[in-house]
Amino acid sequence: MTDSRDRQRKHTALLLLVAVGMFGFAFALVPLYNVFCELTGINGKTSGQAAVSVQTSPILEREVTIQFLAHVGRGMPWEFRPMESRLRVRLGEVNETRFYVRNHANQAVTGQAVPSVAPGLAARYLHKIECFCFTQQTLEAGEEMEMLVKFYMGVDLPADINTLSLSYALFPVTVAQTTGLEIDRDSSDITSAAHEEHSGS
Amino acid sequence: MIAHAENIPRGRHPLVQFIARWVLTTNHKEIGTLYLCLSFTLFMIAGAMAMLFRLELAQPGLQFVTANFYNQTVTLHGLIMVFGAVMPAFVGLANWMIPMMIGAPDMALPRLNNFSFWILPFAFFMLLSTLFMEGGAPNFGWTLYAPLSTTYGPPSTDFLIFGIHLMGISSVLGAINIIVTIFNLRAPGMTLMKMPLFVWTWLITAFLLIMVMPVLAGAVTMMLTDRHFGTSFFSAAGGGDPLLFQHVFWFFGHPEVYILILPGFGIASQIIPTFSRKKLFGYRSMVYATVSIAILSFIVWGHHMFATGMPLVAELFFMYATMLIAIPTGVKVFNWVATMWRGSLTFETPMLFALGFVVMFTIGGLSGLMLAIVPADFQYHDTFFVVAHLHYVLYPGAIFATMGAVYYWLPKWTGNMYNERLGKIHFWIAVVGLNVTFFPMHFVGLAGMPRRIVDYSLPFSDLNLVSSIGAGFLGLSQLLFLYIVVQTIRGGEKATDQVWEGAEGLEWTIPSPAPHHTFETPPHVE
Repeated sequence: MTDSRDRQRKHTALLLLVAVGMFGFAFALVPLYNVFCELTGINGKTSGQAAVSVQTSPILEREVTIQFLAHVGRGMPWEFRPMESRLRVRLGEVNETRFYVRNHANQAVTGQAVPSVAPGLAARYLHKIECFCFTQQTLEAGEEMEMLVKFYMGVDLPADINTLSLSYALFPVTVAQTTGLEIDRDSSDITSAAHEEHSGS
Repeated sequence: MIAHAENIPRGRHPLVQFIARWVLTTNHKEIGTLYLCLSFTLFMIAGAMAMLFRLELAQPGLQFVTANFYNQTVTLHGLIMVFGAVMPAFVGLANWMIPMMIGAPDMALPRLNNFSFWILPFAFFMLLSTLFMEGGAPNFGWTLYAPLSTTYGPPSTDFLIFGIHLMGISSVLGAINIIVTIFNLRAPGMTLMKMPLFVWTWLITAFLLIMVMPVLAGAVTMMLTDRHFGTSFFSAAGGGDPLLFQHVFWFFGHPEVYILILPGFGIASQIIPTFSRKKLFGYRSMVYATVSIAILSFIVWGHHMFATGMPLVAELFFMYATMLIAIPTGVKVFNWVATMWRGSLTFETPMLFALGFVVMFTIGGLSGLMLAIVPADFQYHDTFFVVAHLHYVLYPGAIFATMGAVYYWLPKWTGNMYNERLGKIHFWIAVVGLNVTFFPMHFVGLAGMPRRIVDYSLPFSDLNLVSSIGAGFLGLSQLLFLYIVVQTIRGGEKATDQVWEGAEGLEWTIPSPAPHHTFETPPHVE
């Protein structure tokens, strides 16, 4: 009888352990998902790091269309739109385009743009040399600005992709929302520098 | 009547004694009864919500409810049916039947059993109380997709989250209890491969519960911290990804739908041999098929997300993995049919429900195969076709199976036979009501009527009216069921110990009604 009691206790403890482990596994899915997406590049996230601008490969004849989209997140009092809706670019050629923003609030607001590329698989062939999404932007009340993206398409872009879209969602940065941010944003001085530079142009 | 008097405070008012008996009980049969009563109550509440939105959908335009309230009832209908009606009903049946089927005196952890039950009324009280809160109940669908549930969820969402935590704890503890019971308390000679199939399917279900309920708990915990503690698991603004929620949710969600169906497979595998007066055809293949379905359920979650822009390779993988499930399921259906082949069939009410289950579950399985085809899914996704599919698998699979099980074992529980004539009438109203309600949804879905929306365009009117009329019959048939069960508890023709002529198994060797304590000395199984 004591033997079977012990066995029951052992089974119970073991099964409880499995349940607790699975609870932990749910949280482990978060980094697993991010790593998986980063390795396979399937969720349309572009790299948070600037690409080196040094051209290592020749510019190809092949052209693709890249469309630009912009929208603002909830609670963001900014106007935000691409200044060109689309570009025809040659693979390997460095291009640039600008996005217009204007702060309609009566106070300074800091924003962070999050890029996304569709189709998702094209994300890893879109190399950004310079992008406003690498940093946060702060706009004074009523201030407007043109923000720069400088990029080139990788020459190894799969042949079945002829049109892709680069979309930015602009979110207000509050204390609550900065905690989990992966994009490098502990460089407030760079932000303001970039800000001055762009507001001049 | 009160057999374990040692637990009951003596010399108190009879009402105190009555409450103490049910609150403090550790008897598997009483806890089973509690589960079944709670499940039926919640089934009626969630069913009443369905009546309400079917009434609203009977005509295009807004008649009775606001769009927001419609969304709230749809959300709560789904959540309560899944977690409140179907799962507790199966746990109740497991409590009643598993010890009696394997020759055990009780569940292995009786006090834990009491605890897992008594969490549930509080969980559902909390969930239902959201209806009366400022801002209304959660209105984002039972799938709780972020950011609808995080950024845009009403304040009452936190009550939903805590309610789900409680339900999860209850299910996990209940599942642990069932596994420990099955592994440790089988009568001598009852090897695993001699266990009745209901016990087998529940064993596998219990493992699924332990594996996936904690994942749901994790998902809603992340929702909670996203809502209040500044994390950004599902918020793109903070570097997270809303799509991640869908992955985590469906990693839980797909095994969950098998949790809702496997015990039903087990019930059909008990009822069909009895009324065919033959042994179950292909017992071993049934066990292996159940195990394969459970394993496959972990690698098919992506088929809920075909329209999210997954890469082609992943869509192909999930498509083929999903279609693979049709094989073990097909094995089961063929085994049931082969069991009936050349049997001496009679069609008492439990058999009718089991046959209704087999036929209509197969229809639901077939529309499931259609949904698994990636290019076709792009048309079916988020339409009423999906609603038709999931109700064709879940209504016959879970509700018909449970009702068949109640008719099948009720004489053993109460000692009385139910009214066979009324039972058959119940079945026919239910089966006609079910098909009239859900079959037209295939057509409106294929024609493009989206789900979870309070209004629809005029061409869908006629078929929606048909659905609503069917739903009315389906709803009314449940009242008849309640009447039959109450009538049987109060009296009726006395049942024999074996109850059914072709019934085999340990539960039929004990007297009817089953005494409070059974198998205190284990029986011997050859």
